[in-house]
Amino acid sequence: MPAVSKGDGMRGLAVFISDIRNCKSKEAEIKRINKELANIRSKFKGDKALDGYSKKKYVCKLLFIFLLGHDIDFGHMEAVNLLSSNKYTEKQIGYLFISVLVNSNSELIRLINNAIKNDLSSRNPTFMCLALHCIANVGSREMAEAFASEIPRILVAGDTMDSVKQSAALCLLRLYKTSPDLVLMGEWTSRVVHLLNDQHMGVVTAAISLITCLSQKNPDEFKTCVSLAVSRLSRIVSSASTDLQDYTYYFVPAPWLSCKLLRLLQCYPPPEDGAVKGRLVECLETILNKAQEPPKSKKVQHSNAKNAILFEAISLIIHYDSEPNLLVRACNQLGQFLQHRETNLRYLALESMCTLASSEFSHEAVKTHIETVINALKTERDVSVRQRAADLLYAMCDRSNAKQIVAEMLSYLETADYSIREEMVLKVAILAEKYAVDYSWYVDTILNLIRIAGDYVSEEVWYRVIQIVINRDDVQGYAAKTVFEALQAPACHENMVKVGGYILGEFGNLIAGDPRSSPLVQFNLLHSKFHLCSVPTRALLLSAYIKFINLFPETKATIQEVLRCDSQIRNSDVELQQRAVEYLKLSSIASTDVLATVLEEMPPFPERESSILAKLKKKKGPGAVSVTELEDNKREGGELNGGGDRGPDTAAMAASNASTPSPSADLLGIRSAAPVGAPPASTGSLLVDVFSEAGPAAPSAAVNDDGFLSSAPPSEDPAPPLSEADELLNKFVCKNNGVLFENQLLQIGIKSEYRQNLGRMYLFYGNKTSVQFASFTTTVSCPGDLQSHILFLNVQTKPVEPLVEGGAQIQQVLNIECLTDFSDAPLLNIKFRYGGALQNLTLKLPVTINKFFQPTEMSSHDFFQRWKQLSQPQQEAQKIFKANHSMDTEVLKAKLLGLGTALLDNVDPNPENYVCAGVIQTKSQQVGCLLRLEPNAQAQMYRLTLRCSKDSVSRRLCELLAQQF
Amino acid sequence: MSLTTHFPLCFLFSLFQMQFMLLFSRQGKLRLQKWYVPLSDKEKKKITRELVQTVLARKPKMCSFLEWRDLKIVYKRYASLYFCCAIEDQDNELITLEIIHRYVELLDKYFGSVCELDIIFNFEKAYFILDEFLLGGEAQETSKKNVLKAIEQADLLQEVRHRMKSK
Repeated sequence: MPAVSKGDGMRGLAVFISDIRNCKSKEAEIKRINKELANIRSKFKGDKALDGYSKKKYVCKLLFIFLLGHDIDFGHMEAVNLLSSNKYTEKQIGYLFISVLVNSNSELIRLINNAIKNDLSSRNPTFMCLALHCIANVGSREMAEAFASEIPRILVAGDTMDSVKQSAALCLLRLYKTSPDLVLMGEWTSRVVHLLNDQHMGVVTAAISLITCLSQKNPDEFKTCVSLAVSRLSRIVSSASTDLQDYTYYFVPAPWLSCKLLRLLQCYPPPEDGAVKGRLVECLETILNKAQEPPKSKKVQHSNAKNAILFEAISLIIHYDSEPNLLVRACNQLGQFLQHRETNLRYLALESMCTLASSEFSHEAVKTHIETVINALKTERDVSVRQRAADLLYAMCDRSNAKQIVAEMLSYLETADYSIREEMVLKVAILAEKYAVDYSWYVDTILNLIRIAGDYVSEEVWYRVIQIVINRDDVQGYAAKTVFEALQAPACHENMVKVGGYILGEFGNLIAGDPRSSPLVQFNLLHSKFHLCSVPTRALLLSAYIKFINLFPETKATIQEVLRCDSQIRNSDVELQQRAVEYLKLSSIASTDVLATVLEEMPPFPERESSILAKLKKKKGPGAVSVTELEDNKREGGELNGGGDRGPDTAAMAASNASTPSPSADLLGIRSAAPVGAPPASTGSLLVDVFSEAGPAAPSAAVNDDGFLSSAPPSEDPAPPLSEADELLNKFVCKNNGVLFENQLLQIGIKSEYRQNLGRMYLFYGNKTSVQFASFTTTVSCPGDLQSHILFLNVQTKPVEPLVEGGAQIQQVLNIECLTDFSDAPLLNIKFRYGGALQNLTLKLPVTINKFFQPTEMSSHDFFQRWKQLSQPQQEAQKIFKANHSMDTEVLKAKLLGLGTALLDNVDPNPENYVCAGVIQTKSQQVGCLLRLEPNAQAQMYRLTLRCSKDSVSRRLCELLAQQF
Repeated sequence: MSLTTHFPLCFLFSLFQMQFMLLFSRQGKLRLQKWYVPLSDKEKKKITRELVQTVLARKPKMCSFLEWRDLKIVYKRYASLYFCCAIEDQDNELITLEIIHRYVELLDKYFGSVCELDIIFNFEKAYFILDEFLLGGEAQETSKKNVLKAIEQADLLQEVRHRMKSK
C-alpha cells in the first residue's frame, strides 16, 4: 500500500493501482484493466445516478489506465460533468482528464468551453486558475477562439489576484503560440509590458515569457520593455542573496527570472540610450565578476543556478557582438570551464565557445585554447562532449591552424564513435578544401579520409575531390601518383577504387612514363579490384577502361579482351552488359579521331558552392554551419572556389549529384549533367548514333531519363495545368485531407477545413529526393472570372522557404474566403530548381463550391415543399450516368456526407434513393441546395438531380458530383 | 495518412520552449508525462520509447545534456527515477536542470521525502503540483512556498468537504 495518501485518498483507486502493480505479466495487467473498464462502463451506463465522488474516482481510474498506455474511448462526458461540480477536487480531476485526453469532438469542446467560461467568471481565484491551466494545457484553436479576447482583460485587471495573473499570462502565451492571429494585444500592449515592474516576482516571472514571445514577433511594439528589463535585471543582480526571500535559490537571487530577462534582451539590439546601455554593461560585468567569487555554497544547485545566468549573459554578449572587452572576458571564463571537473560545464563551455569563435573580436582568444580542446577530443569519456570538442575545433579552424586541426581530427576519426563519423568526415573534407594552400596536402587528406573511414565517405566527398582535381591541373599528376600508390594496398576501400578509377582514367597518362606505373600496370591494378566491387563501381571502372583505350592505344587489345569475355558482355546486370557491349563496339568501330572526341578529358566543373558544404548544412540544419561558414568565406575570400558566385545556386551540386538518382553513377553520368554545353551533348548523341546501327540498344541509362524532368518546359512562365489536374481535383470533392500530388521529386499533401464561407488550407510540400530544391516558390492564381469570386489571402505563418532540403517538408497556409459562387478552381503554380533544372508545375487547388456547404436538416414535408419551390427549369440540373465506383451503400453515404450536405433519412419514399440538403455560404449570398441521387444497381447507373436557388450552382454541383459516383 | 507521419518534428516544435517532461523508472516504466506541444498519441509513444532507451543507456558520470533529433534533452536521476526534459537547441540547459530539481523539491516537501510509490499512487497530485509550477512549458511560480501554498489550499478545500461528508 502507498506510503502516503494526502488529501482525500480515493481508496478504490489505490486498490486498483496496487492490483495493477501486483500483476505478474502483461496479460494479467490487460485482463485486470479490461475488467475495470467493463466495471466503469456499467457504472456509467447504469440507471443509478452516480454521486460526484464515484464519478471522480472512475474518471481518475480511466486516466490512470490511459497513462499506462491503453486507449480510452469513453468517460469524456463524465469528465465534462465533473467540470461543473462545485466541489473543488471533482472539478480538478475533471480538468486533469480533459487536459490529458483532449478530444476533438466538437460537441464536447462546446461543453468544456462553457464550463471554463463559468469558472473564469466565477471570481473564485482557485476556480479561475484551474480553468486557465486547462486552456494552457489544451491550447486548441477552439479555445483560442473562445477566450483569446477575454484573457488579456483578466491579465491586466487591477483586481485580479497575483496567482490568476500568472496563469493568465502563460495561458495567453500558449494561445498566442497556437493561434497568433486570434491574440490581439493592441490596447493592452503597454500594460502588459509594465508587468515587468510588478511587485510580485512570480507575476514578473510568468509575464516575461509572454513578453519575450510577443517581442520576437512584434519587436517595435514592445521595445519599451528593454529599459524596464535592464532596470529589473540590475536590481536583481545587485541585490544581496537574501533580499528576494523565497525567490532566492541556493543563495542565487531569482535565477529563473534573471535568465528570462537576459533572454528577452536577446530579442533586441544593444540599447541605444547610453544610460540604459551603461547600466546593462555594468550588470554583465557584475555577472562575470561573480563567477570569479568563491561559491556561497558547495551544493551543485548553487553553481548551476549561478552559471545558468552566466551562460545566458554570455549569450547576450555574443548576440551583441560589439563589446570586445566583454567578449574576451567571456572567452576567458569559458576557458576556465574547459578544464572544470563538472562534465556539464565542460560541455557547455565547448558549445558556447563555438559561437564565440565566429566573432572577429574573440576568434583569436578562442584559438588560444586549441590544446585543451584537442585534449578533450582525445580524453573525454562522454561522446556528446567529444562531439562538442570536434565542433569547436571545426569552428576555430583557420589557415594558421588548419593542418594541425585536420591532422587531429583525422587521427580521432580512427577511434571515433560510429554515430559521429560521417559528420566528422564531412568536416575534415571541408576544412581540407577550404584551407588547402597546396593541393597535394588536400589530395593526401581526402585519400587518408577514405582509407581511415571509407564507409563514412559519402558520395559528395569523393565527387568533390574529383571535381577539384579536374579543375586544378597543377595537382593532377600528383593525384594520379597518389591514388596509384593507395591502390597498391591489398585491401582498399571501394570508394578508393572509385576515385582511383576516375582519376587514372582521366590522368593516368601523367604517370605512365614511369615503368612502375606503365599503362598496363595501371590497368591490371584497377582490374584486380574489379571483381570485389559493387555494380556501380564496376560500371565506373568499365568507363575508365574505355578511357584507357583512348589514352593508351597499346592497352586496347587487352581491354577489348576483358570487355569481350562472357562475364562482361553477358553480365546479368543490364547496365554492365550494355556498357561492355557499347564500349567494345565503340572501340572497334570508331576511328581514333571520333574516339578522342568522345573520350576527351573532362571539362572543368563550374564552381559555386561546395557540394559537401551543402551536405553538412543539410545534416545540421541551415543555421548550424552557415554562421561560421559565411564568416570564414568572407575572411578567406574563397580559394578553391576562385572567389566566384557564392549564392545558393545549386548548379555545382547538380554537377556532382546529378547521378545520385541513378544507381549507375559514373564518368559519363556526371558528364552528361555538367552544364558545359557542347561536349557532353555530343557525347551522348554520338554514343547513341554509333549504336543505332548496331542494334536495338536502349538509350544509355546514364543519360537522365527522369520523365518528369524532361516534361517540364524550361520556361519561367507558369506551366499550363497538368493534364491530370482535373482528376486530382475530383479526388478532393468529398474529402479535405490527403495527398494532392506526387511524383518522383515532390509530394504535396493537403489538410483543409471550412467553416461558413471561410476556409483554411495547409499545404505540405515534401522533398522526396536527397537533394535540395532551390528557389522554391509557389503562387496561387484565380483564373479569369474567378478573380473576383474567390479571394486568396496568402497568410503564411512562415513565408515559404526558398530552399527545401532533401527529405524535408515545408508547410504553407492559405486562408480562403468565398465571396460568391464559382466554377473554376484556383491554380497553384510551383517552381523550383532541382539540380539546376527548373521545375514548373501547375495544379488545381481542390477548392470547390461544395466546400462551403452548411448541412441543413429538414423533415420530409419541408424537403418536398422546397423541392417544389425550386421548380424553374434553369434551377434544376440533372445527369444520368454510369457508375464508375462502388455502389455500396456505406461508400455512397460517406461520399455524400463528405460533400458537406446533410444526408436526410426517411424523406424519399424509395429507400434506395438518397436525398441531401445544404446551404452554400458565400459572402454575398446563401444558396440553398437540394440533391437527389437515384441509384439503379442492376443497370449500374445513377440519376442525379440538383435544385438550387441559383442556377449556376446547380450546374456546377451536377458536373462535380457526376464524377464522384 | 502519410501526412502526419511525414511531418517533421522540428516544425511543430519551433515555437515552444520546454517541449515535454517525462518521469520514468530505472526499469523504463513511465511515471509521469507532460506534453507542452500538440502531438498524436502515436508520436508520443514513439518519442517516449526512444528517449527512455537512450537515457537509460547512458553511464552515470556522463553529462546531463544530449542532443536528440532537433532537441536537447536535459535529464537527471533521483534515486530510482529519471526526470527528463526536452528543450530547444538554444535554451538554457543549466536552468532546466534546476527546474527539475525544484520540481523534485516540491514533490519532496509535499509528500515528505518523496519516493517513486508516492508518484505512482498519487499521480494526480504530481500533475497538479507540476501545473502550479510550470504552465505551458514555462516557469509560472518559482517560489517553493507559493506553489505549496496553492496546493495546500486545494487540499484544505477537499478536506473540509471530506469531513462534512463523514458527518
